[in-house]
Formats: sequence, C-alpha cells, structure tokens
Amino acid sequence: MHIIENGNVAAALGVFLCRANVIAAYPITPQTPLTEKLSEYVESGEMKAEYIPVESEHSALAVCIAASSAGARSFTATSANGLLYMHEQIQWAAGARLPIVMCVVNRAVGAPWNVWNDQQDSISQRDTGWIQIYCSDHQQIIDSVIKAYWLAEKVSIPIMVCYDGYILSHTYMPFDVPDQEQVDAFLPPFKPDYALNTEEPANLNTVTLPDVRMDVRGELAHGYMEIRYLLHEEMRTTLTVALEAEKRFADIFGRSGDPYIEPYLCDDAQYVAVGLGSLTYQLRVSVDALRKEGIKVGVMGVRFYRPFPDAAIANALKGKKGVIVFEKALSYGYEGTLASDLKSALYEHLAGTDTLPVVQNFILGIGGRDIRTEDLTRTLRAAIKDRISQEPVWIGLKL
Amino acid sequence: MGTRNYRRKTSHSEHGPGDGGRTGSWRVERPVLDKSLCIPCKRNTEACFICWLFCPDVVISRTIPPKIDLEYCKGCGICAEECPTKAITMVDEAQFSDEDKDKE
Repeated sequence: MHIIENGNVAAALGVFLCRANVIAAYPITPQTPLTEKLSEYVESGEMKAEYIPVESEHSALAVCIAASSAGARSFTATSANGLLYMHEQIQWAAGARLPIVMCVVNRAVGAPWNVWNDQQDSISQRDTGWIQIYCSDHQQIIDSVIKAYWLAEKVSIPIMVCYDGYILSHTYMPFDVPDQEQVDAFLPPFKPDYALNTEEPANLNTVTLPDVRMDVRGELAHGYMEIRYLLHEEMRTTLTVALEAEKRFADIFGRSGDPYIEPYLCDDAQYVAVGLGSLTYQLRVSVDALRKEGIKVGVMGVRFYRPFPDAAIANALKGKKGVIVFEKALSYGYEGTLASDLKSALYEHLAGTDTLPVVQNFILGIGGRDIRTEDLTRTLRAAIKDRISQEPVWIGLKL
Repeated sequence: MGTRNYRRKTSHSEHGPGDGGRTGSWRVERPVLDKSLCIPCKRNTEACFICWLFCPDVVISRTIPPKIDLEYCKGCGICAEECPTKAITMVDEAQFSDEDKDKE
C-alpha cells in the first residue's frame, strides 16, 4: 500500500511490521516522533510489544541488550548526544553479538548545542562493531529496517539504520508499505542460538583473560582477542550475506538494488560525486544540470558504511578522472571519514595502475547549514575543472 | 585458532566451579552461620532464605540448613546484614587456622 508520510513514520512502520518484541527508547529531537509513533502502536494494542520507557539512552540500549539476550527482537532509536550517551552500551551490544536494530536520526552533536542535521553522531560510532546503513529516502528507511532485522539476526551483529534528521525524518513523501504477510515471509521469528532461560542458566559476557582458558566443561574457550577477531571477520562476511538479503527481499517485495552503493549516471562518467544519505539525491539534481552542460559526471551514494564495501566502491570508481566526496561529518584534524576510507579502498585496489582517480573532499551542511543545490553544482563544476585543494574544503562557510 | 572447535562467538559459560575463578581467597571476613538462630522453615514449610536471595554471588544454597560455599564467597557480608535473626556473623579470617581455611 502506498502512503504519504514522514521518515520517522516509515521507520516506525518497519519496526511494526517486523513484530519487534521490545522497544526501549528515550525521546530526542529529531527522533522523537518515531518513538511516539511506536508507543502509540503499543498503547492501542495494534502492536504486541513491550514498550519500556527509560530514563536515558544508556538505559534504552541496556534494556535492548537484556531483552535481546533473552531472545526478544529489540528496537531502539536515538540521535546526536543520545547516541553518544549510549556509546559504552553500543560497544557492548556488538561484543555480545546481539542483533539489535537501532535507527539513528542524524543530528549535529554538542557543543555548541544544535538540533539540526549533520552526520557527526553516527560517523563518530563508526568503529564500534555495528553495521551502518545510510538511507536516502523513505522507501529506503522502511525497507532498510526490515532488511536490517533479517541481516542482524543472520550474522548476530547489531545494525544502525541512519537517516538524516528533518530532511528525511520530518518531510513527507510517498512510499510503499509492504503487507504483513510479505514481511512475515521474509523475516522468520527471532530464534537465537542461546536465549537466557532458567532451565539452562549461563554466564554471558563475563570477564575474559588476555589468553584463552578452559571453561567449566574443560573445553578451551575463546579469549577476548578471539571473540573480537570473530566480530571483525563476520563483519566482513556480512558483505556477502547482504547480497543474500537483497535477493530474498527482491523475491518477496519485487524491489531491489545494490545493497552497498547507489550509483547514478556513473557508467560513462569521468567524475563521480560520492556521499552518504539524502545528500546524494540532492547531488543528482546538480549532476543533471552539469550533464546538460556536457560534463560527464555521476553521483554515487554509499549505503553500507560498515562493513565498508571497498571492492565494490573501487570497482565503481576505477578509471574515473576524479572523485569528489561530500560529507556532513569529519575526523577533526584530518578530513571527512568517508574520503579517508574511500582513498584507502582506491589505494588497496587500484594503486600502481593508471586507473586511480584523484580524490577531493568537501565538508558541508555542518549543524544544519543549508545546502543549496546551486552551491553543489558550482562546487562540482569547479572541482572538475581543477583540483581545488589537497585539504578538505568547507562549503558555505561565512568567516 | 587451528583445530579448536569452540562454537561460541561470545564469552559464554555455564555456572560451575572454577569458571569465575576461585574468589574465596579474596575474603577478609568469613560468614559463620549459627544454626540455632537460623529459621529456614516454619510449620514444615520452607520459609526464610533471605541470605540465599540476597547473596550477589549465589554461593548460599537453598537448603536446610543453608550452606555457604567458601570457595567462592568473597565475604561481602550482605547475608549477615540482611539475616532477620542475626544468625550470620562475619568473623575475621585470621581467626581460622590454615587447615580449616578451605572448609566450611
């Protein structure tokens, strides 16, 4: 069924259709309407789930960790400082291998206080062992939530579904809401290897030592390093499993795409703009304008940020003259994180060949600074004409 | 990891001796139960077991009389604090000879 709603409702409907058992969240702008919607579903009895109001984001994720350990499909959502407040539990959920799905409605982090959109919040959680998926429109939000549960439960790794605050969370657009039967066919009930129960008690995530050691049964159990290695290794394997998720999804819902990247007019392009989330859809407008001027340019959205689809990205950008990375977040003291990761992928796969593109990095939209399409077009045109700077360039600064 | 065939991807273990490490040696004071004051049953029905309920390390058994596993008891004293009849007292470990260090 097609409806017109905002991005937060798209996410809430995804969670509803996935029959999440436990929802624990603390309201924070711009995520609030998402949790309000979910609490309405639970309150009205439409959704048979436990909605647990908590006193903080740290507790919200702690509740999800406990619920997921007991075999419940768990959901939480947050933004900005709320996400940062979860940080300790975020690492814990990954090390405990719990398939929690969390929506991150991207917002700038303080200080100074700012409630508008950029992506510094989720980018700062890049190295926590969570899978990160970035959405560009409402259809991707609802579909990503549904795919995320399947994928998370398949690989036992938690997933952040990230979408831009206001730009997606509070704007209305049409999208297709799948039938409950379709979602049920796609997503079987959550059955973990082990769920806490009184018949078969267990100690979970207790202290490990630097080396491996015997467990109660005399078996040589993993040490900390083995457990962390497995998390990394299975994150990499997730790239393959994501293809399976996409295929299953296409079979049931009749929609599909590349799970890693979203190229637009890239095949014959000499230059490609790259970004995360809704910004890449705005860049399509600039690309269309520049194409009319005869400039061969395309745009590529990166949908999976962790695990990083390095091979797919390098393959898509192989032989291009230039790559222009636009980012709403950065690693202070260096450059945009996507630019760094992308350069490393290009070096890994294309170094020593004549197919290595020049990479330029632009930082924009920090703290919700308006991103004007004319500015994007002008920047792209200038960056294609000549390399502007080796350092990242901030667009729209009024210094 | 070679030939090891350990299935778990997380730190996951069963409750049992040795798994959490023998923590009894950390103890400074030992809980000693005076069975004459303990009230584990009332009219032939199990009754109190406050010590069993409160012990954070699950080292007190739900038996009559309750038994304290001194291999794991860290001597926190919560059982003595909570016992309604003051049947448990905390005694300095130095009071016990080496032979009964590991005995109840």
